[in-house]
Amino acid sequence: MTGLYILILSPLVGFLINGLLGKKLPKAVSGALSSVAILVPFFIALNFFLGFNSGTQVKIDQDVYQWISIGEFNIGFGLLLDQLSSLWLIIITGIGFLIHLYSVSYMHDDEAFSKFFAYLNLFVFFMLVLVLGNNLLITFIGWEGVGLCSYLLIGFWYKNGAYNDAANKAFIMNRIGDLGFLIGIFMIMFYFKTLHFGALKEALGSVHVSHGLIIAITMCLFIGVTGKSAQLPLYTWLPDAMAGPTPVSALIHAATMVTAGIYLISRTDFLFLQAPETMTVIAVIGAATALFAATIGVLQNDIKKVLAYSTVSQLGLMFLALGVGAFSTGVFHVLTHAFFKACLFLGAGSVIHALHGEQDIRNMGGLQKNMPITFLTFLISSIAIAGVPPFSGFFSKDEILAAVFEHNKVLWAVASLASLLTAFYMFRLVFLTFYGNFRGTEDQKHHLHESPWQITVPLTVLALFAAIAGVMGLPEIVSHHHWLKSFLSPVLTPNPHAGHAIGNSEEWMLIGIATTLALGAISYAFVKYISKKELPAAEGTLTGFSNLVYQKYKIDELYSFIIVQPLQRLSVTAYSLFDKVIVDGGVEGVAIAVMSIGKRVRTIQTGNIGYYLLMMVLGIASILAYVFLK
Amino acid sequence: MLLLIFILPLLASLAVAFSGKALSKWVAFGSSLVTLAVTLLLYSNFHADAAFVKEWKHSWVASQNLNFYVVVDGFSIWLLLLTNFLMPLILLATFKKEIKKANAFYALVLFMQFGLNGVFLSWNGLQYYIFWELALLPIYFIVWLWSEEADKAVRTRTAFKFFIYTLAGSLFMLFGFMYLFSKSPSLDLQDLYQISLNSNEQIILFACFFIAFAVKIPVFPFHTWQADTYRVAPTAGTMLLSGIMLKMGTYSLIRWLVPIFPDGAAFWTPYILVLCAIGIVYGAIIAIRQDNLKNLLAYSSLSHVGLIAAGAFVLTREGFNGSLAQMLAHGINVVGVFFIAEIILNRTGQLSIDTLGGIRSVAPRFFTLSLIVVLASVALPTTNAFIGEFLLLFSLYQYNTWLAVVAGTSVILGAVYMLRMVKKVFLGNVSNRTQSFADLNWSETVVFVALIAVIFVLGLYPKLIFDTAQPVFETILQTASR
Repeated sequence: MTGLYILILSPLVGFLINGLLGKKLPKAVSGALSSVAILVPFFIALNFFLGFNSGTQVKIDQDVYQWISIGEFNIGFGLLLDQLSSLWLIIITGIGFLIHLYSVSYMHDDEAFSKFFAYLNLFVFFMLVLVLGNNLLITFIGWEGVGLCSYLLIGFWYKNGAYNDAANKAFIMNRIGDLGFLIGIFMIMFYFKTLHFGALKEALGSVHVSHGLIIAITMCLFIGVTGKSAQLPLYTWLPDAMAGPTPVSALIHAATMVTAGIYLISRTDFLFLQAPETMTVIAVIGAATALFAATIGVLQNDIKKVLAYSTVSQLGLMFLALGVGAFSTGVFHVLTHAFFKACLFLGAGSVIHALHGEQDIRNMGGLQKNMPITFLTFLISSIAIAGVPPFSGFFSKDEILAAVFEHNKVLWAVASLASLLTAFYMFRLVFLTFYGNFRGTEDQKHHLHESPWQITVPLTVLALFAAIAGVMGLPEIVSHHHWLKSFLSPVLTPNPHAGHAIGNSEEWMLIGIATTLALGAISYAFVKYISKKELPAAEGTLTGFSNLVYQKYKIDELYSFIIVQPLQRLSVTAYSLFDKVIVDGGVEGVAIAVMSIGKRVRTIQTGNIGYYLLMMVLGIASILAYVFLK
Repeated sequence: MLLLIFILPLLASLAVAFSGKALSKWVAFGSSLVTLAVTLLLYSNFHADAAFVKEWKHSWVASQNLNFYVVVDGFSIWLLLLTNFLMPLILLATFKKEIKKANAFYALVLFMQFGLNGVFLSWNGLQYYIFWELALLPIYFIVWLWSEEADKAVRTRTAFKFFIYTLAGSLFMLFGFMYLFSKSPSLDLQDLYQISLNSNEQIILFACFFIAFAVKIPVFPFHTWQADTYRVAPTAGTMLLSGIMLKMGTYSLIRWLVPIFPDGAAFWTPYILVLCAIGIVYGAIIAIRQDNLKNLLAYSSLSHVGLIAAGAFVLTREGFNGSLAQMLAHGINVVGVFFIAEIILNRTGQLSIDTLGGIRSVAPRFFTLSLIVVLASVALPTTNAFIGEFLLLFSLYQYNTWLAVVAGTSVILGAVYMLRMVKKVFLGNVSNRTQSFADLNWSETVVFVALIAVIFVLGLYPKLIFDTAQPVFETILQTASR
C-alpha cells in the first residue's frame, strides 16, 4: 500500500513544486524534478507488474477514507490495483517518463517551461487516479481531472485564440459525454446502492433489475466514453486538440487519456456483457469511427492532423474489439498502439522542431538524410501501425480482425477497409516527409538537424517496443500461450457469448488477406508518391467528394449550424425578449397594477365618518352572513 | 457563546458607526475575526458530539407565549460558519477601495451580519421574521448609496425595486406566521413542527412562505431583480447578497417550509421542481451570451441556486445534504467569482468581457487563483461544488430521471459560459485596457487562498458537513413525512 501511495502522490508533489516554485527553479532542475516524479512511480509500477506476472503480487482494494457517506451510501476514496490497472500504470508512467524526457528538450525554449511540466505531472496524477480508483466516482475524478489537464495543455499557448477555442471545445465535448457518465452513475447508485467495482459485480448477481435498465446504464457509460475516447459523434475535439505542444498529443491524445474509455468498459465488462444490445452499438460505432476517421486521414496534409485522425480510427478498432466481446484484445491494441502512436507523434514533433514549426507535409520531404533516427523510428512505427508482420500492430490488429470476423462479416470488411486506408495514409506520410527532395525554404534546409538525445532516446525505446510488443499476444497458430489473455484472466469476465475460436485455416486466410491489403496499400502509396512523385493537391484545388473529405465532411460546420448557433441565438432571445420583456414585464405589470388600484382605492377614503360607518356595518353584516351560512 | 455570536456584530456595528473613518475598516475586520473565532469555538463542540444542540430561551411576551428563542444545531452551525467566515473576507476585499462614509458603510455591513446570524439562529417564528427583515434594511442602503453605477436614476430604481420586491414577498410570509400564530400554541419551531393543518390550509400557507423564499433565493421566475441588483450594487454588497443572503432562502426551505407543511409540500413539489429545472437551464443559457461580467455571474448563480432549491423538495437524505453542501459551496465560490469581477472592475474600470483579454500574461497569480475558483464553480471533482452538484443531481434522479437529465445539462452549459469568460477575460493578447493590469496584492491573495483552501477541504472531506447535519436532517425528514 505504501508503494501505491508513493506511486500516486509522486506526480502530485511534482506538480505542486513545479506549480508553486517552478519559476524560481532553473529549467534543468524543473524538468529533471518532474521527470523523476514519473520515473519513481514507473519503477514501483514495474514492480507491481512483475509481481502480478509471477503471481507474488496480490490484488489491492482498499478505501483510504470515507469520502461521501450519507445514510446507506458510502463512497470511499479508495484504490484498486490489479492486473488490468497495472498494465495501464506501466503505460502511463513508462511512456509518461519518456515523454517528460523528450519534453525537456522539446520545450526548452518556452518561457512557461515549468508550467508545462507542472501540468504534465498533474495529468499523470489524475490519470493514475482514473485507473486506480476502486469505484466509479473515483474513476470519475480522474476522468474529469485528465480532461482539465487536457484543456490546460491544448490551450498551453494561450495567446492564440484558435488554440483556446480548441481547448474549450475539448473540455465542453468531454463534458457532454460526462453528463452521460454521471447519469449512468446515478442509475447504478439508485438500483445497486454501490459504486464500488467489486461490490457492483456482486450486486449485479443478487439485485433483480430489468434488462432495459442494464442497457440504459451501459449506454450512458458509453456516451461518456465517446467523449473521452473521441468516438462518433463526439470525436471532433481530438483533431483540434493538436493545437497543444506535440508531447501532449503523444501522451494525452494518443497513448493514455483517450484510452480511458477502453479501460472503463474493460473494468465494468460484467455490466456490458449483460447488455448485448449495447455491445452491438459499441461495435458498430467503433467500426464506423474507424473507417470514417481513416478516410479523413487520407487527405489531410498536416502531419499531426493525420496522426490525430489515425488515433480516432485506431480507437474505433479498439471499441470494435470490445463490442464483439474481445476485451483482452481491445486492451492488447491499446498497448501496442500506445507504443507506435506515441513514437509517431514524437517523431512528428522531432520533424516539426527541425523545421521550426512547419507541419504541412507538402513543405517537407527528403528528411531521412538529415534525421536518420527520427526517420527510422517513424518508419518502424508506421510499419507497426500498418499491420505488417511481425511488428506489434500486426498482432493486435489481426486479433481484432479475427474476433470480428467470427462475429460479423460486414464489420470485419469495414475494419479491413479502415486498416487498408491506415496503411496507405501512414506511408503517404512517410514518403512525403522523409523521401524525395526537400520542399521547404532554403533557410529551413540550412538548419535541418537530427534532434538531441532527450528526443532520440525516447523515440528509439518506443520504436523498439512498437516492433516487438506483439509477443504479448502471439496468435494460437504460432503459440499456444497467449500471455496477455492469461495475464488478464483474473480480472476480465469470461464472455458467455463467445463463439468458437476460428480454425487454423481461416486464421491463416485472414492473416493473408490483412497482410496483402497492408502491403498493397503501401505499394500503392509508393507508386503514387515515390515513383510518380505526386504531391497532395494545393489548397483550394480539391473538388467534389474529395474536397468534402478534405474538409472533414464539414462535421464541425454541421454541429455549429444545428447546435452552437441556435444555442447562441436562444441565449440572446431568452435574455432580451423573454427575461426582460415577459418575465420582468410581468413583475413590473403587477407593480403598476397595484399602484393604480391604490390610486382608485384612495378615492374611497373620503373623510366622511358616516360613509365609513356604513361600510363598517355592511362589512360586519357580510362576515356574519358568511359565518352563519357556511 | 451562542449569544456572543449574536451580540458581537451588533456591538461592533455600533462601535464602527461612531468610530473614525480611517479606523472603521479595521474595527469591522477585527470584530468579524472575533466573531469567526467564536463561531469556530462553538463548532468545536460538534467534534465531541455530532448531534450537539445548544439553545437559549427567554420569555419575551409571556401572555402571548412569545419567546426569544435561539438554537444552534448541526445544520445551522454551517450557515453560521459560512456567514462568519465570509464576512472578514468580504471586508478584506474592500480594503483596496476608497469608500465614502466608510464608517456608515461598515456599520451597515456588520448590522447585516447581525441580521443574518439572527435568521440562522432563530427558533421562533416572529423573531425569525424580524431578523429576516432586519437583514434586508442594511443591504438596501448599501446597494442604493454605495452603488458604483454612474446613473443615479438607475441606482435608485434598482435598489428600490429590489427592496419592494423582496419585501412584498416577505409580507406573504408575515401573513403566514399570523395565521400559524392563531393555530399553534406558540411560534416556536418545535410547536410548528407538530401543528396539524388541513391540506387546503397547508397548500395556501406553503405558497405564502414559498413566495417569500423564492424571491430571496431567487427561483425562476421570481429572479428579475437579481441581475440588475448584483450589477448595480457595490461588489461587497453583491457578495453579501449572493454569498450569504440568498442562503437565508434556501436554508429556510428546509428549516421553515417543508417540515411545517408536509401536505403543502407534497402538493407543490412537482411544480416547484419544474420551476427549479427551468431556472437551472434558463440561467445557464442566458449566461452564455452575457457581456457584463457581473450579469454573467448573476445568471450563473440563478442556475446554481435552482439546483440547491430543488434539493430541498425531493425529501431524501441526499437532497438535504446535497442542498447544504451546495449552499456552502455556492457561498464560497460565488464570493470568489464576484471577487474576480471586483478586481477587474477596480483595475480596468469596467466589466465588459469583450474588451478584456490577456490578463493571464500580466497577472499570472490572479489568473491561476481565479481559474481554480472558476473550476470549482463548474463543479470539477475534488472541489466543494462537485459534492453538492453530484448529490443534488442524484436526488433529482431519485425523483425523476428526465428532470435530472434536464438539470444535468447545466454541467455542460456551465462549462460553456465559464470557459468563454475565462478565454475572453484572461487569455489571448493583452488589450490596451489590460496591459498595465497589476497582479494581486497581499490582501487579495489572502482572500483567494482562504476561499480556495475551503474549496478543497470541503471537496475532499465533505464528511465534516454530513456528520453534523445528518442527525438534524433525519428529524426534519421524519417531520416532513408525518
